[in-house]
Amino acid sequence: MWTQFMIQFWILLVIALCAAVLLGRYIGIYFAPVAERRVDTIGKVERRLLLLLGVDEKKHDQSWVGYSKSLLLVNLLFFIGGYLLLRFQGILPLNPNGAANLDWSTALHTTISFMTNTDQQHYSGEALSYLSQTFVLGTMLFVAPTMAFTVCIAVIRGLANKPLGNFYADFFRFIFRILLPISFVFGLAMILLGVPQTFGGAVSVTTLEGAKQLIYRGPVAAFEVIKQLGNNGGGFFGANGAHPFENPNQFVNFIQMFLMLLIPMSLPIAYGKIIGSAKQGRLFLGVMTLLFIMMTVGMAGSLLANPTAHGQELRFGQIGTALYSSITTAAETGAVNAMHDSLHPLAGLIQLGNMMLNVVYGGAGAGFLNVLLYAFVAVFLTGLLIGRTPTFLGKKIETFEVKMIAIALLVPPFLILVGTAISMYAAPGVAGISNPGYHGLSQVLYEFTSATANNGSGFEGLGDANVYWNVSTSFALFFGRYIPLILMLAIVGSLKAKPSVPQDEFSFKTDTPLFGTVFLGTVVLVGALTFLPVLVLGPVADWLTM
Amino acid sequence: MMERIMHPTPEEHQPNGEPEHQSKSAINGSIARQATIDAFKKLNPVNMVKQPIMFVVWIGCLLAIGYTIFIDEMRGFNLTVSIILFLTVLFANFAESIAEGRGKAQADSLKASKADVMARKRVGQLIQSVSSATLRKGDIVFVRAGEYVPGDGEIIKGLASIDESAITGESAPVIKEAGGDFSSVIGGTLVVSDEIEVRITSNPGESFLDQMIALVEGASRQKTPNELALSTLLTSLTLIFLLVVMTLPVFTNYLGFDLSGPILIALLVCLIPTTIGGLLSAIGIAGMDRVTRFNVIAMSGKAVEAAGDIQTIILDKTGTITFGNRMASEITPVGGRTAEQAFEGAILASLADETPEGRSVLELAELRAMPVEQHWLDGAEIVPFRAETRMSGLNLRDGRRVRKGAGQAIQEWVKEQGGTIPNDLQEKVDAVSRLGGTPLVVAIDATILGVIYLKDTVKPGMRERFDRLREMGIKTVMCTGDNPLTAATIAREAGVDDFVAECKPEDKIRVIQQEQAAGHLVAMTGDGTNDAPALAQADVGLAMNSGTQAAKEAANMIDLDSNPTKIIEVVEIGKQLLMTRGALTTFSIANDVAKYFAIIPAMFMVAIPQMEVLNIMRLDSPTSAILSALIFNAIIIPMLIPLAMRGVTYKPMTADQLLGRNLLIYGLGGVVVPFIGIKIIDVLLASIL
Repeated sequence: MWTQFMIQFWILLVIALCAAVLLGRYIGIYFAPVAERRVDTIGKVERRLLLLLGVDEKKHDQSWVGYSKSLLLVNLLFFIGGYLLLRFQGILPLNPNGAANLDWSTALHTTISFMTNTDQQHYSGEALSYLSQTFVLGTMLFVAPTMAFTVCIAVIRGLANKPLGNFYADFFRFIFRILLPISFVFGLAMILLGVPQTFGGAVSVTTLEGAKQLIYRGPVAAFEVIKQLGNNGGGFFGANGAHPFENPNQFVNFIQMFLMLLIPMSLPIAYGKIIGSAKQGRLFLGVMTLLFIMMTVGMAGSLLANPTAHGQELRFGQIGTALYSSITTAAETGAVNAMHDSLHPLAGLIQLGNMMLNVVYGGAGAGFLNVLLYAFVAVFLTGLLIGRTPTFLGKKIETFEVKMIAIALLVPPFLILVGTAISMYAAPGVAGISNPGYHGLSQVLYEFTSATANNGSGFEGLGDANVYWNVSTSFALFFGRYIPLILMLAIVGSLKAKPSVPQDEFSFKTDTPLFGTVFLGTVVLVGALTFLPVLVLGPVADWLTM
Repeated sequence: MMERIMHPTPEEHQPNGEPEHQSKSAINGSIARQATIDAFKKLNPVNMVKQPIMFVVWIGCLLAIGYTIFIDEMRGFNLTVSIILFLTVLFANFAESIAEGRGKAQADSLKASKADVMARKRVGQLIQSVSSATLRKGDIVFVRAGEYVPGDGEIIKGLASIDESAITGESAPVIKEAGGDFSSVIGGTLVVSDEIEVRITSNPGESFLDQMIALVEGASRQKTPNELALSTLLTSLTLIFLLVVMTLPVFTNYLGFDLSGPILIALLVCLIPTTIGGLLSAIGIAGMDRVTRFNVIAMSGKAVEAAGDIQTIILDKTGTITFGNRMASEITPVGGRTAEQAFEGAILASLADETPEGRSVLELAELRAMPVEQHWLDGAEIVPFRAETRMSGLNLRDGRRVRKGAGQAIQEWVKEQGGTIPNDLQEKVDAVSRLGGTPLVVAIDATILGVIYLKDTVKPGMRERFDRLREMGIKTVMCTGDNPLTAATIAREAGVDDFVAECKPEDKIRVIQQEQAAGHLVAMTGDGTNDAPALAQADVGLAMNSGTQAAKEAANMIDLDSNPTKIIEVVEIGKQLLMTRGALTTFSIANDVAKYFAIIPAMFMVAIPQMEVLNIMRLDSPTSAILSALIFNAIIIPMLIPLAMRGVTYKPMTADQLLGRNLLIYGLGGVVVPFIGIKIIDVLLASIL
């Protein structure tokens, strides 16, 4: 079993890493600051199209404030549009199954959830019309990851001491150049492998026992590919990746895992390329991969050592489940091919750990921004050890940056711990728990961690389809997403305005194995120790008292 | 009058060379007693709130006391927690007090020289006797030999030699005169000869001495930028742990068991970075204090911190890298005299001269095998150098009078006696000047014998110091008025990295700006008024105490010994300060791992017995586990005070080597030490309980 797992795991890891390095270099070349960017035919087409939209990348460089404003404005527009469409889907076209209008809290939660790249679903997939599925959620599946990607790429440019770029141009180009082509290729592959793609309504069949059953279909392949590639994770169907139409076989399962890892893994390489230090990009990728391996092997250990198929999808078995559920929490996708609630408590611990750290690749863009945040912290805490005030890539980290870092560090524990605490105390919160005790704590903790980290997977078992959960997790979704993005832009805006300290052998190096160790230590000490007490009370106690 | 008079020279006083001596003097009896009293005084909440981390501990302590008094269960445990927390706060306060205490001792001795004196103030045409405390900016006073200068000022007329040992610890008097770069005088110094007219430049309470007292006392201390940033991050870590601990009872309540307040407080205090929180300000004060011990007054902690970041140091050649035209290298006869005659005159004139110039003449004579006999001094009258005569020498027993001095002064002296000036004198004097040296003329009675060529010589040990700077990653640039050829020779000889020849004061600013534009932080030393803009432009400007008021005001540090190379020590102290801060931060945060392993299982073990599995340290009981962690957390503060005071040892090496070394000691050490410490305390506690 172990050998089999290791073979599958390493094959996946090696393929994903190779593809990610290629993609990372590609992003590094074509998303470099305008002045240094290579221009190919696609680039010319992009430029034409952007000029038509009134954006001239060469002239419309934005400050961090301008970039943030554009980001928030676009998000607001998508949010309003999405909310209205969901509220009135019942009277709008493309509704062959007659789905009803969503109530306000479900519409609110669903819109925020999809706009924040989380795709936490408090409704079941079958409750939406095709219009909602395709034009609201489908659009957001492309838009949401792009938001974090644009910020990430702007931050990287800023760290390279170059202009941040133009939000609208980055937004457009990421979808046009990266998401659409890859989606197209892998969407076709999925269709060939048996994933349905149709606008036809549900089919009514008579089962062998003679009962009538509605079989829902739809444009699943298109939805599925971007759901994974963009680290979205929202299922077309309620059963998500365990549904035979979303994830019909081992091949599709493999492709899905590959797609989840692809963009998050590629960003450190793109970063290395743009700041002109491939070594530093590789170092971050290396440390992230090390953490990923530890987490995934731990996950497999907890599942394989306990030979019960509880909650697992038999088509993928323990190996497929272990890999998928580690990757979906590591890359903050949130797609699931098993019932996380029913897995071994230590598997839950690892899933929670992945999401709490949020740097084991993390979601597209957002994950790497977290990596940079921890790198800032690591540099600030240990930079003094060389007898100079701390610098990152030649820029001094001073009070303003530290204030922003401090808030960014504070946000996840605040949302997760306070959200969980309120829910464990308030009646409507406690009411949702299906399995009281340590496991119940894990359920609620998982819900808020998943929302804050923009993962979106559910521990399930939690009765979350009501106003209380919709509203409370909306807060976690919203602030967990936007505050870090804006803070990182602010930090880079401030760093960029400072003079560069020339780097020599007496400067703090951030591309050495030694710094890798410091970085790892910081992630573990600052990131993980925060959550240790609650993890001990939840999954660990759950395991110890099994 | 002051112990500080015993200043070792920088060469033998490396910052790392004397931890033994310093740590002993750091915590002596009377300072420790005073610090203990101050530690209690600092418990005042108004003071505590300035340090968020220790404030949290203080609040926790008060809450624990409340539990002990009002809640009738686990009284013994709660009381113990209260006491340990109280000690934790007290230890932190003690650390700060002891750092301040060392400064206060110095301030006290400074205050002694600040006594009121009578001043002779000019009022219109009259002279009035007033108390020095009433003097204001702009007042004119007269001071003559034997009187104390009543306040900081600028000499507007006359010149005098002044004993500044009260301020600088240097016992040899210095010459100050109106105009030029040596016109400023400091209140409280003693005029030894002559009379001067001084314009007072400071109001009462704002004098140099007042500033110095305030600075060494730490009264005007403000948090430095990096310290501020670090406190921000530490505060946010504290907030995070506050969240962790405050949400915990909700979870346990849901799970059906309660955690007592004091246990939660104990967890919180162990998790928040109390070690660095308690020592942070002590580190800053001690850093300033180490600078003061080098007889350098830093106007702000910011300057000391910036010193650690310095990448370029700009040094004057003359007086800094070289002795400044002080060593006799040749004696040339004039007016047809023989070399022996010229040497004889020079030797006689220098026999009683204890200045380096005088001694160098005798050394040169011995080198050339000229006779030097001390008995020539027998019965001779020594004529010391006086500022207004500008010459020195001997009146021999046989009636001959020997003098050496500035060309102009000797010529006038000879003419007065009816002597003639040799035709070739001017030519010889000019030749020496052209070589960048200083000419001294020697005469016996009415006869001029020759010219002494005082040559600039690189100070011994400079090359080693520049090598050390290079190892620290610091570039040295030498500024000199010499022509490029001479400059290059000296630069090569001294081993500086770069030089600017034919450098005018305004060129220094340009050099600094160039370096700063390249992102370097620049330090420079200077003393003249025309150095002032450059001193202000530099990130660290070290003014010589012998320099002008303008230079001192523009600089952010003043060297009381007027030793320009001391900038090197200041840089090392700056680096040491930053490293110490980083080391204790790393150590403090790394400690959390062990504390978690001690406390977490202990907290939950009563309700969830299976938690025993996590008790990997095999601590005796939940109570002893929590108390051990808490005790460790408290006593680590006083144990680290000596390190905070003395600073982490600094040796020049590359950033990677430094990081690796310090991470091993303070990072890995920070993880391992508490495991051992807590286990030992637990074993001890178990045997007591």
